[in-house]
Amino acid sequence: MKPHTLSILVENKAGVLSRVTGLFSRRGFNIESLAVGPCEEPDMSRITIVVIGDDEKIEQVMKQLNKLIDVIKVSDLTNSERVERELALIKVTAELGTSRAEIMQIASIFRASIVDVGAKSLILQVIGDTDKIDALEKLLRQYGIKEFVRTGTIGILRGSKTVSSLK
Amino acid sequence: MKTGAKILVESLQREGVKTIFGYPGGVVLPIYDELYDSSLQHILVRHEQAAAHAADGYARASGHVGVCLATSGPGACNLVTGIATAYMDSVPIVALTGQVPTNLLGNDAFQESDITGITMPVTKHNYLVKDTADLGRIVKEAFYIAGTGRPGPVLIDIPKDVSTKVINEPPVPEKVILRGYNPTYHGHKRQIEKALQTIADAERPVIYAGGGVIISNASAELVDFATQLGIPITTTLMGIGCIPCDHPLNMGMLGMHGTEYANFAITECDCLFSIGVRFDDRVTGKTDTFAAHAKIIHIDIDPAEIGKNKHVDVPIVGDVKSVLRDMLSMLKKNGLKEAWLKKVRHWKQHHPLKCPSDGGLHPQYIIRQMSELLNGDAIIVSEVGQNQMWTAQHFCFRHPRTWITSGGLGTMGYGFPAAMGAHFARPDLPVFDVAGDGSIQMNIQEMGTVAHYKIPVKIAILNNMFLGMVRQWQELFYDRRYSFTELPPVEFVKIANAYGIEGVKVECSEDVLPALRTALDCDGPFVMDFRIEREENVFPMVPAGAAINEMIGGHPR
Ligand SMILES: Cc1cc2nc3c(=O)[nH]c(=O)nc-3n(C[C@H](O)[C@H](O)[C@H](O)COP(=O)(O)OP(=O)(O)OC[C@H]3O[C@@H](n4cnc5c(N)ncnc54)[C@H](O)[C@@H]3O)c2cc1C
Ligand SMILES: Cc1ncc(C[n+]2csc(CCOP(=O)(O)OP(=O)(O)O)c2C)c(N)n1
Repeated sequence: MKPHTLSILVENKAGVLSRVTGLFSRRGFNIESLAVGPCEEPDMSRITIVVIGDDEKIEQVMKQLNKLIDVIKVSDLTNSERVERELALIKVTAELGTSRAEIMQIASIFRASIVDVGAKSLILQVIGDTDKIDALEKLLRQYGIKEFVRTGTIGILRGSKTVSSLK
Repeated sequence: MKTGAKILVESLQREGVKTIFGYPGGVVLPIYDELYDSSLQHILVRHEQAAAHAADGYARASGHVGVCLATSGPGACNLVTGIATAYMDSVPIVALTGQVPTNLLGNDAFQESDITGITMPVTKHNYLVKDTADLGRIVKEAFYIAGTGRPGPVLIDIPKDVSTKVINEPPVPEKVILRGYNPTYHGHKRQIEKALQTIADAERPVIYAGGGVIISNASAELVDFATQLGIPITTTLMGIGCIPCDHPLNMGMLGMHGTEYANFAITECDCLFSIGVRFDDRVTGKTDTFAAHAKIIHIDIDPAEIGKNKHVDVPIVGDVKSVLRDMLSMLKKNGLKEAWLKKVRHWKQHHPLKCPSDGGLHPQYIIRQMSELLNGDAIIVSEVGQNQMWTAQHFCFRHPRTWITSGGLGTMGYGFPAAMGAHFARPDLPVFDVAGDGSIQMNIQEMGTVAHYKIPVKIAILNNMFLGMVRQWQELFYDRRYSFTELPPVEFVKIANAYGIEGVKVECSEDVLPALRTALDCDGPFVMDFRIEREENVFPMVPAGAAINEMIGGHPR
């Protein structure tokens, strides 16, 4: 059982997302993260889903996804060289004084940017893979996280290969 | 300039539709108005569930897409069981539903229900039409999707204003092109060679054939292949009819209520050639012990079925007919596996299905009488339960598409309306619905429909005054605690008479054949109320979760 990143190319039509997510819940899969947006083809969208399961179960879910008429292609990025990123916005309690300085130091180590400065809080924006964002969240917890907003993972293959060329 | 309703009706006719089954209501008034003077035949059912089952029965008997129509909200919801039934058994139907006008969508308007949302998990695909200009194309796509690849139900939800709007009809594309839908029909050459080699190398091969053979109209190819190589065939409940019952290579049905010899052969085979089957748990019993010594070959048009429940050694994605034709063309002569065939013959001889003969009125006897009388030239539909299993076991089917039953969903109440649909597909054949007294009461209102249109469906009720199949489980596994499975007697003939249908009550075995003859000779519908032995069981039986050779109620080994 390990996380798999599935990249799903779909028709850009109403209801497609619920067809796709409905299939996951019906077959007993918990979606760890989900990201949807336009892609290189104007009338298609790409859905990236991270899901945990053993290889056989994942293969079955991919085959079932492929049966959806509006799904054009399903690829599992998990075993390929790839770049994966999430974006998180973290509102941290930061009273004036040492904690504020410490938070800014942590941010710079993580290459997070400070996108808002309030009297009692800072908002950090960080981009990275799941582990990096988890690590940052953990470090910031001691200062008090007021709000934590995070996108789903998106992924792309390294080099000139494209997701569409994957088997 | 045309209304959406007119475009709809013309599109159906372009697809070759002659008969549709439906029930009117507010938002489908424009469509019904168009049907009023159309040449499409519309059959008014008495409950929308029956419309869906009738479309399904039509499709199974004919191989063509069946069509049903209902209004929004309650009408559409009443179709759901029928759609789910068709989905589980891969039956091509197009379900048309009315919907509230587009400007009210999502407003909880009167009789609004999100039927595309509701049916998403039980349709192959569905559509909510938002623009009349899309209607012609969508109907064409729907028929294409329903009827090709692995068939299945498609629903089209049509808001009232889409039906009433008058437009200049745009041309409908000649060919349906869907980027996300390209079924594979031709098997991979190398895989086919591998399969042939695996079969040639085997000592004890068995063919396990299912609904996919019927759907693919490949019975002739199957029998040809099996005969040339001398391979015994067992069929699933859904595959019955793909080989004549009395063909020497036929071992009958396998699985929970299969024949002992079929289950023995599966357990001992060293090569299992699986054709258009889905390794259902009613078939495999405990999966680890199912064909445990066999190399498994599997032909299926749906890649998701291959390796789903059981590891497959030689997968072949493709249409059964196409793949079998390729195999036949590449076949090399090799000797028959005489020792194996002898063993199978021995099992068949010593472990036949039992038919009690103690003077009581036994359901097995009734089915055998029916079988002899009809000689395979009839369409037999069943309800669900013991009646279904006795028919599958004891009726001698000779042709594909003459056995129609709800296998995957096991929908009680399916049989009677499906039989009505089957009649419109094959008006040349007598149609019998074998029912239980429980199941028949799930859609008994359709007596109104068969009386109204004089649809000559013959209903044979195996009346045990029990929900028999459930009672059997209670007897065997719940210490005979018959919790809510006893049904008080019902005079079905009187009900039939009230609808203007003739019928006869049969209480002893001498009266069985005369009753069947009367039914067959009568022009219209007919009801037979057979008062059978109340606690008769279906045997043999594989208890849930056991290996399929561990059957109860069979012969000593
Ligand atoms: C009370 C009860 C008892 C039952 N007991 C038994 C029993 O004892 N034995 C038994 O066998 N069943 C039994 N069933 C039925 C069982 O539940 C399943 O419905 C049945 O076994 C499935 O049959 P199948 O494997 O042939 O698949 P089907 O459901 O008929 O599916 C057809 C398969 O063929 C494939 N296919 C479709 N078209 C093509 C094509 N053109 N080319 C290639 N492949 C194609 C499909 O993708 C699918 O995998 C029982 C049901 C009930 C209600
Ligand atoms: C709609 C529906 N409800 C419940 C069941 C569960 N069930 C399966 S068989 C059966 C009993 C069927 O009784 P009857 O129609 O009298 O047939 P018999 O088994 O006696 O031949 C029941 C309740 C079902 N299959 N379908």
